[in-house]
This record gives sequence, structure tokens and C-alpha cells, in this order.
Amino acid sequence: MEADLNVLQWSAEVQAALPHVEGYAYPNETHVLWSVLIVIYPYITGLVAGAFIMASLVRVFNVRALAPVYRLALLTALAFLICAPLPLLLHIGHPERCLQVMMTPHLSSPMAMFGFVYAWYMMAVLLLELWLDYRHDFVVWGRTEPGLKGAFYRMLTLGANDISPKALDLDERMSVAVTIIGIPSAFLLHGYVGFIFGSIKANPWWGNVLMPVIFIFSAIVSGIALCVFIYTELSWFRRKDTCDACLDAMGKFLFFALLVDFSVEALDWLHRLYSADESIHVLKQLAAGKLFYTMLIGQLCLGTLIPLGLLGATQLFGAQIPNFVRRRIYYFSALLIMAGVLLMRWNVVIGGQLFSKSLRGFTTFKLELAGQEGWLVGLGLLVLPFLILTLLVRLFLPNEKDQPANTPTIAQLPQLAREGNGADDPAHERPSVAL
Amino acid sequence: MKPSCSRRRLLGLLAGGAGWLASLPFARTAKAAVKNVFASAKTPDGYNPTKHHWLMCIDVDRCIGCGLCAEACKAENAVPQSSNYFRTWIERYIIKKPAPGVAALRGDVIVDSPNGGRNGFPPTLVPKAEILKAFFVPKLCNLCEHSPCAQACPVGATFDTPDGVVLVDPTYCIGCGFCIQACPYGCRFMNPDTHTAEKCTLCYHRITRGLQPACVEVCPTKARIFGDLKNPTEKDPLQEFIRHNKVFTLKPHLGTEPRVLYANIDKEVR
Repeated sequence: MEADLNVLQWSAEVQAALPHVEGYAYPNETHVLWSVLIVIYPYITGLVAGAFIMASLVRVFNVRALAPVYRLALLTALAFLICAPLPLLLHIGHPERCLQVMMTPHLSSPMAMFGFVYAWYMMAVLLLELWLDYRHDFVVWGRTEPGLKGAFYRMLTLGANDISPKALDLDERMSVAVTIIGIPSAFLLHGYVGFIFGSIKANPWWGNVLMPVIFIFSAIVSGIALCVFIYTELSWFRRKDTCDACLDAMGKFLFFALLVDFSVEALDWLHRLYSADESIHVLKQLAAGKLFYTMLIGQLCLGTLIPLGLLGATQLFGAQIPNFVRRRIYYFSALLIMAGVLLMRWNVVIGGQLFSKSLRGFTTFKLELAGQEGWLVGLGLLVLPFLILTLLVRLFLPNEKDQPANTPTIAQLPQLAREGNGADDPAHERPSVAL
Repeated sequence: MKPSCSRRRLLGLLAGGAGWLASLPFARTAKAAVKNVFASAKTPDGYNPTKHHWLMCIDVDRCIGCGLCAEACKAENAVPQSSNYFRTWIERYIIKKPAPGVAALRGDVIVDSPNGGRNGFPPTLVPKAEILKAFFVPKLCNLCEHSPCAQACPVGATFDTPDGVVLVDPTYCIGCGFCIQACPYGCRFMNPDTHTAEKCTLCYHRITRGLQPACVEVCPTKARIFGDLKNPTEKDPLQEFIRHNKVFTLKPHLGTEPRVLYANIDKEVR
């Protein structure tokens, strides 16, 4: 009898020590190591890649309907790219050693590529593309704007003040070349983030050849959705009508990108269920249990199926749906998709750590409110790019109040410049794009 | 007919190949010397890592789950006292009999490791009559030949030493945790005090001074067999172990090729 009591007492002690563990987890795995910051990191890089790819539709694929959001998409990509390393820096144990990743990279590690991929994308693609696109405006604004603001624009010209038609034509051709390089770079930026997870064979939730592809398509989807959201909001703030042709084009690309994204993720699950390796039991339990709300309800139903239905309806019955309804459908779908992709990152990062690699049990994750990896820091990191974007928009996307509805698009600008309209004269400014 | 490879060219290729082979030992020695210079924890004077190859093997049938090894490891290596951090731990496997009427050889499998087994194991709640068999399995770094942790480290702070150990340089680790995610065996953890990754080092500070790892030293049943493959002794325990046992590795399908070998293990052990 005494022995039985001892057993019960001991059992209660063990349960009290690890109340958050179900089944058996290796002792070192009972707490989640990569938290909300590592959820936000791939989310932000995905938004960057997606926004850039959407901008490239204008430059490279000449989708003129999207011209009103071309510059906005590039500035959005820049605002989010500036913030992309912050979650990593906040997360790592020794941020003061972060430059070692670039100074002494261990080339067999996918994570070692971050510094190079980031620097390449930031310096060689995005900033160069923006500079080539804005150089004419910098010169003009530098001459017309007074005081510090004018000096700031003059500084941004980097001394290249030639805005003759020939120079602008060269800018245009170089810009197209940079965009063409930029598309695979955007794929590289986010494909490598997917590879960080996909390369971990120790974790059956992550170690998957489709992971980079899934990440790329979810990035494109989230990036376009972000542009829809920002474009609609910015138009509302500036009390301007949104361009319906532009929103329709974004809605179309959003629908097809979401369709591909959904198909690839469905293929991933189909493959997992059919091949049914030793991890499938624990993964099924994970999806139906710990991730029920974030994956099945949030990511699948709210973030994918409902937007697919709504956007699909606009594709099928576009002409019959009034413009103001279509606008709201795009806006609402974009919000759902952005939330769905954030939940997808959550399900990948947190979900992959909720089960033990012994495949015998689960641990629990509880997000704290404050602290370095809490709600507040996560929220701050998600809000910060919008604040930076606000500043960028104020500086580089002036509100053209009297602009006519059929403002020349960015793709038409070099042609206008070539037509020889005294481009050196600030009075003959190159017309700005809408917004 | 013109020969496809002239005699002169063939001799040149052979000489080049021989030169490359001959230079390998020097290159390895030089690499080890360089690593030794830059290592944050210096090995004792006169210790040459290329002259040793350390290995630990586990005889599961000998382990009694006393937990002394886990306790000694914590004390020797200043491992955080919390039950979330272990360089080595012991798992208890209880395989139940199949339920009556079920055509199976075995029933449910229950695994536990209360506090890493460092305080021993209390009696199980499973009634004795329902237990088919039970055994203890000590766990530690598997010293993988193709270590995924060293592969994943973005700055090379985790590295394979020439004497067969996988180490972490705490002065270089950035604390990203990628190696912890990459380890299939759950052998690594993030030290909450130093904010760097940590793992079993085979007590490198001891073995380079001619001592045994702490866990081997305290094991009362010799369940942990430790030795130097390059300097086998007479009646070497490792050679005896491999001669008398059929050995297995954990998660062989992952291709990490663990060097730690287990004898008398069950298929349920992962």
C-alpha cells in the first residue's frame, strides 16, 4: 500500500514538472526554440519577394494595367526588406556576432547564405531598380524642392543629373535588365528561406523537397495581397478612386497564384498521406489536433478556400458584379490571404516543433505577451514596415491631386521622354505615375 | 592509331595522384594544428588529435537506469540543472503485452525519461502482469559521420574534430539554433545562460588528458564502452564489444551514419 502511494506521488511530480508534454518527447525538446520571431521572418521576406514579383509584371511582362501600383510595390518591397533581418537579429543568442555569417560563412549551411542573398537582393536588385526608376524624378525634385528636402533628393541622384532622352532610355533598358535579374533573385530570396526548413531531414514536417516551392508561391500570393491592401488603403487615405482595371488585374493574378499555391500544398499532403512513412501518424495527429484552428480553420478554410471562392467568382462573373462590390471582394480576400499566409508560416515553424523527433509525443507552445519573443514584439515587427512605408510614400510617391484618371503609366514614360519634350527643363517634368 | 593517352601524360597523372595521396596526412595534420590554434578550449600540450579516434558504444542490456551517468554529466560539464537540458539522458521503454484477443506479438509502447533519468526511475504505473518487457536506453550525441548539425551551422562554430568528436565553439556560436533543429536525435540544446548551442563533447577536456568521459567513469555496469580506435589496448573493450554483439545505429534511414553503436536494442528505440 505504501509503495502504491509512493508511485502515485512520484507520478504526480512528473506530471507537474512537464505538464505541457503529451506522450514522450526527448528532454531537450520539451520547449519550443524557434518562436514567433522566426514565424515573422519568412513572412516578411515572402512579402518582399511577392511584392517585387508583382512589380516585375509591369516591367518585364508589360502588364500595363498594374502600372499604378508599380512604384508602390517596389517601395513596399523595400520597406519590408529593411525589416527582414530584424526578427533574426532579435532572435539569435549573440546578435553581436551576426556579421560572422558574412565574414566566415560555413558554405554547407543554407542559413549562411542569408547575408549574401539579402545583400544581393537589397543592393543589386531592389535599390538599383528603384534608383534607375527614380533617377529622373530625383533630378527634377532636386531642382524644384526647396531646402533640406531638395538637398536630400540631390544626394539621391548620386551626381547623375543627365536626364536627356538618351540617358533616360539607358535607364529604362538597364532597369528592365535589373528586373529580369530580380525575378530569379526574388525566387532565390524566398526559395532559400523555404530551403532552410526543407533541408532539415531530421524533421519530417519540414524536410520536404516541395518546401521551397511552397514558400515561393505563398510568397507571391502574400505579396500581391499586400499590394492590393496597401493600394486600397492608400487610395482611401488620399481620397482618390482606385483604378478598377488595376485591381482587376491584381485580383486575377492573386487568384491564379493562390490556385497554384493551394495545388502545390495539396500535392505535398497527398504525397505525405500516400507514401505514409513512419512520421505520418504523428503528423496527422498534429494537423487534426494542435494545429486544428491555425491550419485547418485558419490557413485552409479562411486563408485559402474562401478567398479562392471569392476571387474565383470575380473571374467567372466579373462583368455582372458591380465595381464597388468587386473592390471590396479584392480587399477582403487580400486581408484573408495575408492572415492565411501568416498562419501558414506559424504552422510550419511552430508546428514543426510541437512534436518530438522521437515521434512519440507533443509539447505545447504558449506565446507570451511581453518579452523578447512575445506578442508585442511580434506585433511591433509587423507594424514597423508599414511605418517605414508611410515615410517612403511621403518622400517618393507624392500625392498628385490634380492628376487625370488616365495618367501615363511607368511603362509609357521612356517613350514619352524619347518623344523629346525638353526633359532637361524642370518645367517639363516627366509625368508621375498614378498615386 | 594514335594513343588516347600518351606515356608522358599517364606518368604525370600517376605522379600527381601519388603526390596528392602522400600530402593527405600532412594536410590533415596541418588542418588539425590550425584548428587547435583557433580552438577556444586548448587541448593539453602534446595531444595530437590526428593520433586518436574516440568512440562510445552502448550495451543496452547492461543499463539498469540508475541515472548516475546523467547526474555525473550535469556536474562535470556544468549543464543547466533544469529538466529541459541534457547532454546525456536515459529512456525507459516498457512494451506491454497485447490486449487479450488481439493477434499481435506486443502491445503499446510506453517511453519515459523523468528528469532525464538522472534520479533513477520509480516503479512504473503499468501493472507487472501487463508488461512484456522493459529496458533502459542511454542517449547521447551520436557522433555522426555526416553530422547534420555541423552541416547546418552557418558560421562553422560546430565542427568535426580529427579525433572523432563533434564540438561547439561557444565563443563563435551565434545562437541561431539551426543545429538544434537539424539534430535528429534531440541531443542539442540552447544553453539559457550562455545563449549558445551545447551538446555532449565526450568530455573532451577529460579524454584529451587520458581520462574517460564522466558518464563512462561512473557507470556501475559498464553499459557505456569507450575507447580509442587508433590505439587499441590488449583486450580492448571496443573490439570486444563489436566482436560479441550485433550492433545497430539509431535512425539509420537518415544517412547520418552515427558512430555510436548500440547492442541489444529494440525496433521501438528511435
